Amino acid sequence: MSEFLMPSLGADMEAGTLLEWLKKPGDALTRGDIIAVVETQKGAIEIEVFEDGVLARYLLDIGSSVPVGTPMAVIDQTGQDQPSPSVQAVQTAKSDTAPTETKAADGRAAGGFGPIPASASAPAATRLAERQMVTPAARRLARVIGVDLAAIKGSGPDGAVVLADVEMADASKTGSPTADSRSSKSPGKTAMRDAIAAAMARSKREIPHYYLSHTCDLTNANAYVADYNASQPPDKRLLIATLFMKAVARSVSKYPEFNGHFENGAYKAADRAHVGFAINIRDGGLVAPAIHDVAALDPATLMTRMRDLVARVRAGRFRAAELSDPTITISSLGERGVETLYGIIYPPQVAIVGFGMPVARPWVCEDGVQSRQTVAITLAADHRVSDGHRGALFLNAISKFLQEPETL
Amino acid sequence: MTNKDIEALLRRELFEIAPDINPDDIDRGADLREEFDIDSMDFLNLVVALAKNLELDIPETDYSKMSSYDDLAAYLRLRMS
Repeated sequence: MSEFLMPSLGADMEAGTLLEWLKKPGDALTRGDIIAVVETQKGAIEIEVFEDGVLARYLLDIGSSVPVGTPMAVIDQTGQDQPSPSVQAVQTAKSDTAPTETKAADGRAAGGFGPIPASASAPAATRLAERQMVTPAARRLARVIGVDLAAIKGSGPDGAVVLADVEMADASKTGSPTADSRSSKSPGKTAMRDAIAAAMARSKREIPHYYLSHTCDLTNANAYVADYNASQPPDKRLLIATLFMKAVARSVSKYPEFNGHFENGAYKAADRAHVGFAINIRDGGLVAPAIHDVAALDPATLMTRMRDLVARVRAGRFRAAELSDPTITISSLGERGVETLYGIIYPPQVAIVGFGMPVARPWVCEDGVQSRQTVAITLAADHRVSDGHRGALFLNAISKFLQEPETL
Repeated sequence: MTNKDIEALLRRELFEIAPDINPDDIDRGADLREEFDIDSMDFLNLVVALAKNLELDIPETDYSKMSSYDDLAAYLRLRMS
């Protein structure tokens, strides 16, 4: 038996809300299966299991907002579900914190379900709470909205108090449903902005950035894309960004100091390039989930993955691993925007490559001066890990690949 | 398919991509991608949807004829006539 825990989907994530279970108790699980959908500050994210087994039972109700590391479900690797009351009991004791009224007041003041620190340890639970069976989600809601659990008769299995009971109790107490507190916990624009703020503030605080810029001739890359697309139906066409992704992914193999994670005071280069792709979200915000092992994908497959990823991000559905896995990020402004973009590194990554809007420029070549499509490629990199000299070589390598797009 | 049907389809597909923008509020002669704040991927998806619904082959070389809302509507009318 093991517990499936609320995963950390990024350095800035403190808590997640369970939106949906995608597996039922009794279902066989294989490592990599999507087990649930969790709402975070970055939107709804599908989360995966990391072991094989059978889903024994749920430990969380839909709608529960819990800190990272909280057990969500029990997974049975042997195929037999042994009830483990000790786990439940430990959890019950832990989730009893300070006296209900104080806690409730805090919750109200904060406007709802603030993240509850995992370390919140507790004075002794009341005797009544120890006897009464209450689901963790119900207990948490009761604490936040100030409902006295002792006064509630549970409707769950064996008379357990479940989330709905607490909501009912609150509605009858105040004469209104808990709509206020519920809506304020749903991550929206502000939560997304908070998540970006937390990650970027940490980046600017901890990472000594240096910046380089290089203007690159796009003639060959554009011609390659136009030529390829001429024989393809719209849904098989490439975008120039596909080549940008490939060029970066191919270049890092020679420059591993730009592809990896800096954590706990040490840098560890990644052996593959999982390239984060910055995607703008219409109603505000930005996420940069990874496409895995980009160097191994041909441009057509990569383009399919990018289209799929953008569609899922815009629909608010992407997988946990996609968000936490990038080893380097690229941000491309596309065809409408400005010429140069200076990125901010997303910790614990150590580099971000920016592509500005491609523009026509006078370009000096063997035959004199010509009008050429060019793009400004920028690098923001972590000076704890690399120096400008290597950064310059890295940018040049990207540029060289874009001169020979057929090699991508 | 009437011109009205074409326009209705165009509005519907643009709504799919940019639900926050009302086509009645935009400058129809101005740059489509700027007016609707759509990027290259959105534009590609728009072309995919229009090509599929109208059963048209829309080559990439025609993208330049689709630069504003009015241009795009005119292009589709011409191709469907």
